[in-house]
Amino acid sequence: MRGQVAVVAPPAVALVVVLVLAEVVVRLLEVPAFLVPPPSAVFATVMAERAALLAAMKTTAIAAVAGLGLSMGIGSLVGAVLASSRLVERAFYPYAVFLQTVPIVAIAPLLVLWFGPGTRAAAVSAFVVSVFPVIAGTLAGFRSVEPSLRDLFRLYRAGRIATLVKLELPSALPSMITGFRVAAGLSVIGAIVGEFVAGFSEGSAGLGITVLSAYRQLRTDLMFGAVLAASLLGLVLFAVVQGLGRALTRRRHRE
Amino acid sequence: MSSAPARLRDEAGRAIVQLRGVRRVFPNGTTALDGFDLTIEEGELLALLGPSGCGKSTLLRIIAGLERPDAGEVDVPMAGERGALGYVFQDAHLLPWRTVQKNVELPLELARVPAEERARAAREALDAVELSDALEAMPHELSGGMRMRVSIARALVTRPRLLLLDEPFAALDEITRQRLDERLRGLWAERSLTIVFVTHSIAEAAFLATRAIVMTRRPARVVLDHTVALPHERPGSLRGEASFAQQTALLYRALERGESLR
Repeated sequence: MRGQVAVVAPPAVALVVVLVLAEVVVRLLEVPAFLVPPPSAVFATVMAERAALLAAMKTTAIAAVAGLGLSMGIGSLVGAVLASSRLVERAFYPYAVFLQTVPIVAIAPLLVLWFGPGTRAAAVSAFVVSVFPVIAGTLAGFRSVEPSLRDLFRLYRAGRIATLVKLELPSALPSMITGFRVAAGLSVIGAIVGEFVAGFSEGSAGLGITVLSAYRQLRTDLMFGAVLAASLLGLVLFAVVQGLGRALTRRRHRE
Repeated sequence: MSSAPARLRDEAGRAIVQLRGVRRVFPNGTTALDGFDLTIEEGELLALLGPSGCGKSTLLRIIAGLERPDAGEVDVPMAGERGALGYVFQDAHLLPWRTVQKNVELPLELARVPAEERARAAREALDAVELSDALEAMPHELSGGMRMRVSIARALVTRPRLLLLDEPFAALDEITRQRLDERLRGLWAERSLTIVFVTHSIAEAAFLATRAIVMTRRPARVVLDHTVALPHERPGSLRGEASFAQQTALLYRALERGESLR
């Protein structure tokens, strides 16, 4: 209990101090609200618009979670295939790196063209942005299998499937989870960028749309609110993946 | 092996490992073994002693079938039988996500032995290394010596006839090491086991082995092939006796000779 207080208290105090300072500075210098709204105004807007923000968050969450799910599934598979042979890795890994360096903003219109506007394009955008860490984590994990343990499995004539299930996957898991965690944060970014370009088709608009329309109306307080909601969403996804990882590696020694 | 030389031995002395002219060159060009001959007979407790990096481990891996020689013949008739051969690595190398019992069961699991039989065999193997009270422990909760005992139990669980150990106790403190040496000697006496172990400890080789082979630096050749002249019963107190000192002195001189040979 005391340990938790020690963890939570310093950043909480720091937050309050920064918020109060921002409030005072903004008011003293009379900064126009459309440039930097005082924290109290942002808070008031968040409370007033909370239903709309929650709905937008839900839309973005669906795109981000779908993209993250695709990343975890496809990325793990690709990572495992890359790890299966040095030649395969040498042939395809550069393209996986290329995928990471492609600016998502530049290809987002293409995604809209291929997958249609709205959540689908946003989900694919989230996938494209978040898949690389999963591939890299899985590849590193499979590479980290202890050579002596491979020898042991060879000695007892373990089949390909048995080696995969009983040795490679469990060995790779911690590294894969690290990849998943990074991907969780990125998937929200990808979904919002996707929404910027893809707009929305059916249902309610996501946080990306909220930011855009607030920008057009110079409602900076609402933009801040949407950004906060996006950060919160990223944090929640990160925490869920983190918790999942903890549960899966619960009984092991923590390095 | 029709061309194998006839051996004037009784049944108990059957050769279970025969190497002839074995050569092994690593990908980087280092020659670990060249023209190496070795015959190991059933029931032996053989120590391979030599300077570090002399090719002892390579030799063990070739016997186990984990590496192939670049030239020469390797005849290990039991290599075709699943579980006839047990191997203990330098470090315990347990699966950190499995309990002690599940770690020991692994070789049987890979051979698709039914769960009940697996559990029984694992408990029996852990009994043999005096670890029957740690079945549900996780590897990281154990000391180094205990982990090594689990590793030995894992090698014993298939009831192998040949047990290969690659410097198994090198990382352990002296007292733990002596205890494990005594337990290993006990296991060898209780079961009809043939044991080959690599070590760079002269005292360990003298205490454990019925036969000790001293090797030179790379490429390894045999300097001394010695039948250890110590009684069958070897209590820990033997280490303080003159006959023991005599054996270690003899091995020491051979090791020194091997170091200087090139």
